[in-house]
This record gives sequence, C-alpha cells and structure tokens, in this order.
Amino acid sequence: MIDAVLSMSGLALVAGIGLGVAAKKFYVQSDPLADKVMAVLPASNCGNCGYPGCRAYAEAMATAAAEGGRPVAINRCLPGGAATIQAIADVLGVDPVAVADAIGPQMAVVAEIQCIGCTACIKKCPVDAIVGANKQAHTVIADWCTGCKACIVACPVDCIVMVPVPQTPYNWKWDKPAGPHDRFVS
Amino acid sequence: MPKRFYVPMFQHIGEPCRPCVVVGQKVLKGEEVGRAEGRISAATHAPTSGTVVSIEEHVIGHPSYLTVPTVVIDPDGQDQWADSVRGLVNPLSVSPSVIQEKIRAAGVVGLGGAVFPAAVKMSPPKDKPVKLLLINGSECEPYLTCDSQLMVERAQEIVAGIDIMMYTLPTNQCVIVIEDNKPDSIRAMSQAVQPFPKMRVQAVPTRYPQGARQNLIESITGQEVPSGTLEADMGILIHNVATTFAIYEAVVLGRPLISRVVTVSGRGIVRPANVQCLIGTPVQDVIAHCGGLNPGVRQLILGGPLMGRAIKTMEVPVVKRTSGILALLQEEIVERPEGPCIRCGRCVQVCPIRLIPCEIAWRAKSDQMDRMAEVHLMDCMECGCCTYTCPSNIPLVHYFRHAKSVILADRLAQDKLRQDKARIQAKEARMEREKAEKDRQKEAMKAASAARKSAAETGKGALSEAVQQGGLPKS
Amino acid sequence: MSPTNLLLGSSPFTHGSGSIAQIMQTVIWALMPATAMAILIFGWPALLVIVLTTAASMVTEVLFLKLRKRPSALGDGSAFLTGLLLALTLPPQAPWWLCVTGGFFAILVAKQVYGGLGYNLFNPALIARVFLLISFPVQMTTWPAVNPLFGEQAYSLSESVAIIATGHQRTPELVDAVSTATPLGQYRTETGLGKTVQEALGGSYGFNTLKAAEGWIKGSLGETSALLLFLGGLYLIRKKIITWHIPVTMLLGCLLPATLFWAYDAAHYPDPLFHLVTGGLVLGAFFMATDMVTSPVSIKGQIIFGLGCGLLTYLIRTWSGYPEGVSFAVVIMNATVPLIDQYTRPTAYGHVK
Repeated sequence: MIDAVLSMSGLALVAGIGLGVAAKKFYVQSDPLADKVMAVLPASNCGNCGYPGCRAYAEAMATAAAEGGRPVAINRCLPGGAATIQAIADVLGVDPVAVADAIGPQMAVVAEIQCIGCTACIKKCPVDAIVGANKQAHTVIADWCTGCKACIVACPVDCIVMVPVPQTPYNWKWDKPAGPHDRFVS
Repeated sequence: MPKRFYVPMFQHIGEPCRPCVVVGQKVLKGEEVGRAEGRISAATHAPTSGTVVSIEEHVIGHPSYLTVPTVVIDPDGQDQWADSVRGLVNPLSVSPSVIQEKIRAAGVVGLGGAVFPAAVKMSPPKDKPVKLLLINGSECEPYLTCDSQLMVERAQEIVAGIDIMMYTLPTNQCVIVIEDNKPDSIRAMSQAVQPFPKMRVQAVPTRYPQGARQNLIESITGQEVPSGTLEADMGILIHNVATTFAIYEAVVLGRPLISRVVTVSGRGIVRPANVQCLIGTPVQDVIAHCGGLNPGVRQLILGGPLMGRAIKTMEVPVVKRTSGILALLQEEIVERPEGPCIRCGRCVQVCPIRLIPCEIAWRAKSDQMDRMAEVHLMDCMECGCCTYTCPSNIPLVHYFRHAKSVILADRLAQDKLRQDKARIQAKEARMEREKAEKDRQKEAMKAASAARKSAAETGKGALSEAVQQGGLPKS
Repeated sequence: MSPTNLLLGSSPFTHGSGSIAQIMQTVIWALMPATAMAILIFGWPALLVIVLTTAASMVTEVLFLKLRKRPSALGDGSAFLTGLLLALTLPPQAPWWLCVTGGFFAILVAKQVYGGLGYNLFNPALIARVFLLISFPVQMTTWPAVNPLFGEQAYSLSESVAIIATGHQRTPELVDAVSTATPLGQYRTETGLGKTVQEALGGSYGFNTLKAAEGWIKGSLGETSALLLFLGGLYLIRKKIITWHIPVTMLLGCLLPATLFWAYDAAHYPDPLFHLVTGGLVLGAFFMATDMVTSPVSIKGQIIFGLGCGLLTYLIRTWSGYPEGVSFAVVIMNATVPLIDQYTRPTAYGHVK
C-alpha cells in the first residue's frame, strides 16, 4: 500500500517538476496580438464599440485575451458585423458570438426634405458614403455605408435615420433546413 | 393575350437592367424597356405594344419570394412591332461585330436555365478562340419537352442560327447534342444539317443531368472541365437550341427575345402543352390558356422538377429562364420528414461530378463552412440527383444552397470590409493631405505676413536711415 | 386565383421511392429463407431465441427513444433487423437471459448511445455478439446437435420453452451431443493437437461440404445455411439494396489466402470451400459487413473494407485464440471506416488527383 502511494507520489513529483521546467524554458512571448486584431477591424474609428477608436478596442481585446482577466466582448464592432466577429474570433482563438444587436445589418438614410445641406455628416463619414454639396440635400450611397452611425451624431437637425439593409433577391440567403429529429435536437 | 404584362428588370445573370421608359409612355412591341447595365447584363423589351401603366416592385419566380422592379404594360391589342425591329438581310456578309451587337441589343440570354447573356458568350476574347461549338439539345430535365419540340418544328431556323454563330465566333466545328430518346428531334436536325458539312448531330444516352455543361462536354469530348474554369478556357462554347433559335430571330428578323417555348405540364394541368409564351405573361394566364388547374394542386414550379423553383402565387410572370410551368398534385410529391443519414452511399453513387453529398451535408448541418473547400461544395451544380435518391429524405441540395449562400455572403462581407478599409484610408490620406495643404497655406501666409512685416520693418529702417542721412527736412 | 397552401422549398421537387423502412424490410425479407432454415434445423428453441432477441431489441429501442424524447423509430424496422441479425449469430439454444442481454446491449450501447440510427460506428448486432462472446464464453459456445423441427426427436414447444428458460434438457444423449464442436472449432482444436485436417473433420465427425452448405451443421443459427444466405444476398444485390463490392471482396479476402495455404499444405489448412460453408462468412459478407451505417460510402472504400474483413476473418480463424473471426473482423474494420472514407474520397469532376 505504502509502496504504491510513494511510487505514485514520486511519479507525480517528477512529472510536475518536468512540466514546470518546460513551462519556464519554452515560454513563448506572445506576439503583439493587438496588431493582428487591429488588422481585421474596419479602422473607421466610429466609436460604436464604446472605445475611443479601433486601436483602443483591439488593444482591450488583445490584452484581455492574452492575460486572462475580464474578457472583452468581441461582438461590439457595428460596421464590421458578423464577418469581423468571425475574424476576431479566429485571431484570438475564441468562439465567435452573435452580433451585438440582433437587428441585422443597418444603413443610414438621409431624409432629404429635412436636410439643410450643412455637410457636417459628409465630413464625419469615414468611408465617404455621403454625397452632397453645401445647401443641397445630401444622400447616402447605400452600397458604401457601413452602418457606423457617425453621421447621426454629426447631424444638427437629426435628419438621418438608420434602417435595416433591405432584402433583395441579390443579397437573399437560403435558410438552413430544419433538420431531422436527431441527436443534435433537444 | 393577357390583360397585363409584368416585365421584371432582373431576368438574367449579372447586373439587373434599369427601366428606360416612364409611366404613361406608349411602347411598341420589341421596344427596349429595360436597358442593360454593365458588361454582363441583358436588355429587356416590351412583349407587345401598349402603355406602361407603372414601374413597381413585383414578385418574381425566385426562391426568396421577393420582388424586383418591374415594368407593367397594358397591351393596346394592336401588337404593333417597333420600327427598330429590322433584321440583317445577309448576315454572313457583315462584320461579326454587327451580329454581336444585334444579339446584345436583342437581350438574348441562355435559355437552358443559366440565363447568361448570350452576347458575352458570342464575343470570345482573342486569346481564347472557340474550337468547338456545342448546341445543347438535351432536355435539361425530365418533364420538359420544350427544346425537343422546338427542334422538330424549327430545325431550319436553328441550323441557320448555328451557321450565323459559327460565322460570328468564328469556329468551324459544331456538334448538336440530342438525347437518344428523342428520335424525332434527331431526325429533324440531321436532315436540316445536311447542307452544312461542318455540323453534325450526335445522340447521347438519356441520363439526367445530361444537359449540364460538365456532362455534355464529357460525353462529347471525353474531357473534363477543370474545376474553377469555364468550358471557354478549353475552347468550347455551349449554347442551348432555344438560345440558338433566339439568336436566329435576333439577327435575321431583328426580333428581340420577347417570347419563348414553355412546357406546361404536371397532373395539375388540365391540358398539358408546350406553349409559345410572351415574356411577362403572368403564370395564371398561361395556365388558363392550358385549360386551368385541376383541383388539389399542391405545388407550382417554374422550371423542371429537379432544378426548378417553387412559386407561391400565380402572379409571377414568365421570364426568359422559365422553361416550364409544372403543377403537381399531392400524389406526385413525396412529402416525408427528413430522417437521419444512414450512409447508404446512394448519393455518392449518383453524383454526376463525384462528390460525397452526405459528407458535405453533415458539414453544412454543423456549420463547418470553413471546411467546405476540401469537399468541393462550390463544384456542386445542384442537379438534385442526391436528394432524389436519398432514402432518408435529407434535403441535401437545400443544405448545399444554404452553405453556398452563407459562404458567398461571407465573401461579399469580406470584400465590403476591404473596400471600407480602402475608403477609410483614402479619406484619412485626403484629410491629411488637406491638412498639410492647409498647414502649408498657413505657413505660407505666415511667411508672407512675416515678410511683409520685415519688409515694413526694413521700410521703416530705410526711412529712418534716410531720415538719419538727413535727406528730409526737419519738420 | 392561385391555389392556397402551396408547398414551397428547395428543389428537387420529385423524389425516388426509396426509404429507410423499405431498405430494412428488404434486408429482413432476404434473411427469411435462412431464418426459416435455421428453425427447421434446430427446432422450436431456435424460434424462441429469435423472438426473444428481436423483442428485446425493439423494446429497448422504444424505451430509449422515449427517454431521449425522440419520436418512435420502430416503424423503420432497423431495431427488428438488428435483433434478427443478432439472433442469427447466437447458439440455437441460447438461454433467455443471453438473448435479452444481447438485444438490450445491441440497441442501447452499440446504437442509441452513439446517437441512434445512422450515428453508430460499429455494427450493433456484432458488437452485441462480441460482448456476449467475451462475457459469457461458455453459453456462447455451447452447440446443441442438429435436431430438425419435424424429426423423430423433435423438441415439443413446451420442452423448447423449458430449454430456453431453464437450460433443462430431456435426455442424457442429447446433453452429450452438446459438447461436440462446430466444424471450425473441431478443425482448430484437433489440428492444434497435431492431427491433420482430414483426420479432424473426417471419421467420426463426418464433415460433408454439401450438407454443410445446406445448413446441417452445428453452429450459430444463421451461420448454418450458407446456401440460403447466399441466395438472400443475391436478392439484396438484385434489389439494389447493396452492391456486390463488399460481399465479393470479403469472400475473396478470406478465400484467396485460404486457397493459397491449402495449396501449400492441405494437411494443415482446410480447403476454401470449408471456409465458405462453415461459420458466419456468408452471413457476414452479405448482411453484416454491408450494414450501410458502418461501411464506407465510396466504391473504392468498400473494396478495401471488404478485403480487410475477409483477410482478418481468415487470420483470426487460422491463428488466433478464437475458432471464428467474422464478428471480430467486421467490428475491427468498422473502426477503420472513417479513415477509409477520408482517403478514398473519389476525385471530383474537374479535379486532378
């Protein structure tokens, strides 16, 4: 009995020391994750994530992922959407999560009657998706809009609203079949 | 003739076209109502003379059941051709580019089902000459007989169309491929090609999906089209017989593509028939022409039973791609719930391009979209053989379509992100440039004012100097 | 007016008539002649074994689908088929608890635990047989003498119930007969003692290939009539339930080495026909290895799988501690199926290898 306990303990000790040494000896300084995360963010610095710019958000996520601690949600990038979440998840090696707001992709629309043509939104739009001239109603190029809401904040007369990107036969997706009553269904 | 035509602006692969008429405008038969946008696009034309009553969103035969911009025309009953409809008297004496332009203007698209603009296919790049022209007379799907009937009735015109195509491309070899269960079509076409030594008719086994480009090329040449490439890269061009007929009409008669042969069939139809249909005719008018529906219709399909599209309502118009209208009764449909895959391997054995459908479906079920490349999901042509044969009723093709659309949407989203980034950088660069410009201007202004100041100083100095030199009288 | 309640969804809209239930039923029909023959040869006890085992399988299926909150799948016939296949691998007078344990184990451990029909890695009937063979070697290798249903000494029905329920036997002679071995067992034991094959099987044992093919030999219920099993297999191929690839390659995989060794030393290695008509080779080749769930999906894979099953069968029969190896061979090859599938994926159209 005592032999068995001693030999198992000895084995555990040796293995433990071995692992400890290996952990120290082969420790790899994790390469700057923040840069990699930054690379997959849109870089529009829209601030919807709650951080002052994409860089800050990327650093927060990278730091949290590298050092443990309180995790930072990876689904806060509004313009990036699901594709960016997936990319962040790949870089950080975590599971992707759903987009923060379940309303789907959005785009800005200028109510042209109310627009006073102040060009404030044009200056703020990070992707130059708003066109218009001084004292003329502006309009949003739908295909270019990232849904970052920067223009909404800028508009002095609140004439910009966010609407869901309309479904058309061109961007429509096949749904997933319901599947059988098999082991994945509960 | 229906009371009202609905001409959708999205009937082909590529960019949708843009309405070029206004509400209230009188149009003549064959007049352009939708203008092609971009290189891969096709124009649409008024199916008859009448008045444009509105340009509205109307439902089309698309699996999304969504609407597209549609030009709605009320016919005036005159059915008067537009002046622009004028054919080439002797097409073989004009430059090929004139013929290509005719085909483009007529809005001809591939009528076999792909609806790819024919004019694009008819203008091969210089470095990819067409060595072989295949005319596809193999019916795309069971139930459909529109192509074989066209070959029986319009063999001369089809052959004339082929002649024009061979001149235009140019190419000097053409094989007309017909399935061996259509002896009438084979006989009619063989007779018609006799004066043309460069054309021949070849019968192929009747085996769905014989009409698919991959199988067609394999049966004729024994070669496979490498994945991710087009048959054009092999110097082969495929056109459907109906497309060939449309090209003949476009070039010789100047008529744009405003009608096609539609197979109206299924046990839900009172008098099944092949009908020459004007594009834009609502399905219910076509069915009414065929005696209406029998009671108990459970499913309406545009196209064939294996690759067609189910529709929700008979308001959907006939478009260029509509090869058939099927009305199926309950007993023609197998409605069973999806069961578990028992790995019987039947899907593997029937797949015409040798995929492992059950494995792809498993990955789609478990959302392993990043591992689809190794099982060649994107090579699937959705022929439906696997789903047809599956004893567990697994909607394999539906899984593939889902997976494909997820992957494509993801690619588009990635593209958009890249574009966004490029635009952001462009804007930042511009801002920086403007700032630098401004700074420079500011700097320049500062420098200028400094210069002025110093000039003023020196001026003052000079003055005082002058004063000191005593040039000026003391006041 | 458009008809209401139109069926929508994705193409194709037409469907072949095949279904899981139809496949299972066809396989069950194909097994019927051999099953009937087994009852004819071994009498009422055989019928009781079959009824008990299939009933146990089906009850287990119902119970566990209910526990897993799944709709009942009894209608697809797969549980019945598993029970029947298992029964055909049991000795003709297997005690009742052996039948029930086997049926229960086949469905619960080898099928439902994996996720039910379609998800099991191993053939449920064979896993149950292997489990029984290892756990209860005595009961699983107790071979009663052939005692036809309408023979002079035929068991009455009540007597059969007693045999299965209590193991009670009528007369000492019949108990004696119990101790002799199956042809494969006889060959292994006796050649192991230094006799030649001819000495082992001839003489008092009186092995006759033709009789054996018809089924008049000792062995598990379904191992006996190679001929009827073969006919059932041909029926399955004709009905396009299975393809010829697995059965043919499995038979080849076993008989080819058998022929070679027999030609090399006929005194110590029995002829290939002996291998063909004894044991579970034909049952295994046509009904066990061809189980769709646990065999490869591609033709190339099926050929590799079949050859492996046959070869392993021969190896186990000739050199292992067990006289019969079909169940082990198939179960071992089952484990390689994912690997085989991975490496025998056909080259898709337009791709180069």
